[in-house]
Amino acid sequence: MALRYVDEFRDGGLAAKILLRLKKTVHGLEPMHFMEICGTHTVAVFRSGLRDMLPEAVRLVSGPGCPVCVTADEDIDRAIWFARRPEVIVTSFGDLLRVPGSESSLLEERSRGADVRMVYASYEAVKIAQDHPDREVVFIGIGFETTAPTVAAAIRQAAAQGIDNFSVFSVHKLLPPVMRALLDSDSLRLDGFLCPGHVTTVIGARAYEEVARGYGMPCVVTGFEPLDILQGLSMLVDQKRSGRHDVEIQYRRGVTWEGNPAAQKLLEEIFEPADAAWRGLGSIPGSGLAIRSAYADYDAARRFSIPEIRVRENPACRCGDVLRGVIRPPECPLFRKVCRPQTPKGPCMVSSEGTCGAYYRYTS
Amino acid sequence: MREETIQLDHGSGGRAMHALVERVFARAFANDFLQELNDSAILPPASGRLAMTTDSYVVDPIVFPGGDIGSLAVHGTVNDLAVSGARPLYLTAGFVLEEGLPMAVLDRIVSSMAEAAREASVLIVAGDTKVVPRGKADKIFINTAGIGVVRDDVRLGGGNARPGDVVLINGTIGDHGMAVLCRREGIAMESEILSDSASLNHLIEAMLGAFPGIHVLRDPTRGGVATTLNEIACQSGVGIRLHEEALPVREDVAGVCELLGLDPLYVANEGKVLAVVPAESADVVLEAMRRSPRGRDACRIGEVVAEEPGRVFLRTRIGGHRLLDMLRGEQLPRIC
Repeated sequence: MALRYVDEFRDGGLAAKILLRLKKTVHGLEPMHFMEICGTHTVAVFRSGLRDMLPEAVRLVSGPGCPVCVTADEDIDRAIWFARRPEVIVTSFGDLLRVPGSESSLLEERSRGADVRMVYASYEAVKIAQDHPDREVVFIGIGFETTAPTVAAAIRQAAAQGIDNFSVFSVHKLLPPVMRALLDSDSLRLDGFLCPGHVTTVIGARAYEEVARGYGMPCVVTGFEPLDILQGLSMLVDQKRSGRHDVEIQYRRGVTWEGNPAAQKLLEEIFEPADAAWRGLGSIPGSGLAIRSAYADYDAARRFSIPEIRVRENPACRCGDVLRGVIRPPECPLFRKVCRPQTPKGPCMVSSEGTCGAYYRYTS
Repeated sequence: MREETIQLDHGSGGRAMHALVERVFARAFANDFLQELNDSAILPPASGRLAMTTDSYVVDPIVFPGGDIGSLAVHGTVNDLAVSGARPLYLTAGFVLEEGLPMAVLDRIVSSMAEAAREASVLIVAGDTKVVPRGKADKIFINTAGIGVVRDDVRLGGGNARPGDVVLINGTIGDHGMAVLCRREGIAMESEILSDSASLNHLIEAMLGAFPGIHVLRDPTRGGVATTLNEIACQSGVGIRLHEEALPVREDVAGVCELLGLDPLYVANEGKVLAVVPAESADVVLEAMRRSPRGRDACRIGEVVAEEPGRVFLRTRIGGHRLLDMLRGEQLPRIC
């Protein structure tokens, strides 16, 4: 595992030079608001201390790019419904287990006796199904275009091996549709998108062309090291100043215009776009991934008759406004008072990549 | 005939238990005090103030790269004594065994404990064994308690850090937690990450020998370096500033942390000591550390400041500042 080259992207001297140039460039300009859509960007910005180093005129707005944070209450409640069935083993990735639904979280359900298991990769859930042929293994499939192909691969593996006690409850989300939905809402003031490197390795930079051209919104696909982000922001500022609205790739070491055709083919084979409910944003057309009918046996939503679920949200929780970049976490009445990482009231506080969690952990 | 696995009889107090104690524990830990096999170990008077501690070990997996639950149970308790400034003398060992545990596994763990005790120059002088039905425990749990003596001139305490002090550590961060995680979750890598599990009493003796006036010693176990330093900052009412480029982190540990979205500063260590030392004595202590096998990679990672009492900050590589809060809840891997 050689990640040696990462150090170059954390070079303090180089960062100081880029910052100085950025400061000179924006001196005297009106503030510009750039959205880092991706939770990994949000955390990278906080972890490197970059937020406080940026010039006043360059402002970062955190967007809805943390898959845990955008998972709707009703989907968490459905996951809990699965967990409460004695024949079911619920499996999912780490931080989803702590997200509160209307009544409890998957971790709370586990402490009450539910069989809930954390996995690091979706194929581990297939393995659990193989090891427990007398149980039903439901994998809560969460994540953007980066994670979804691995879940698609798990479904294909289960189908190929004839494993019939494995299914996926798909709450996957797609990034470009939510970007368009954000731009369609009038409460948001944005000057450009810092587009996520990881997702774009799969979908390709061309996926943002509609956003850039159609909405006149500069897009720069950016990596996750502090210097990547600084350079990405510089490129956004340059576009803004010269009145351009293009898609540009800062993260050339990981991203191409076309993306990863094998992953795209896999997604296409197993999933089809569907309307999806987003926490705080409501239903967005074509922004989720449903399992195709050819793989209906592996679709937990079809395999089980999930009852109608009445959601009880905390009315004071403003995660939705945080996700849309309308408010910053400290402006939420619950932040730091009753909503903390140990007792999260909303998903933005739960995830290691959530905006509220990042504010809580990294600022005083 | 020798039993292959632990059975409920082994905890019954009868013949089977007697045989287990004699064959496994008394033989491996052999010393004059334990040999008596009475209800208490009767120990000679010790000079100096007494330090006493206890800890329970429930790690999964019980054998991990670089150690196992047995050596860990000795190292952990020896280190709790040592960071209090005590010279560890005696340990007790309590075992909760799950019915069905292979006898060979118990033998391995007990001999690893014996070896760790020899290395740390402590005696295991008393013990206890319970066996619980299959499914009521996870293979083996171990409790160790320890007694040591503290020199009169040593006054360590979490409340002693003062602005101007320097923060030292004896080596790389996060090795134990990542070794256990990688083994438990089957995360394969080119080279295996080894736990740093080790007794620190000889190293600490050398440090206190070089400068008995060290202000604080702590072993950053669960919660990692960040949480331990937060405790010191709170107890002492001071701020602590760390320097990211000075933090020693193995490349493979950093790599796996990066992939999973974990921060090595919050990952557990089992062979590390943090020292808060007056600046003028820092070099003397560092040299003493580097001369000891467990302190070869010792380095300075930060300093104590008057600003922001009760908080820990990190100066990042690119020159930014960020808060290093205590660990809240377990670190969970991120999704993408």
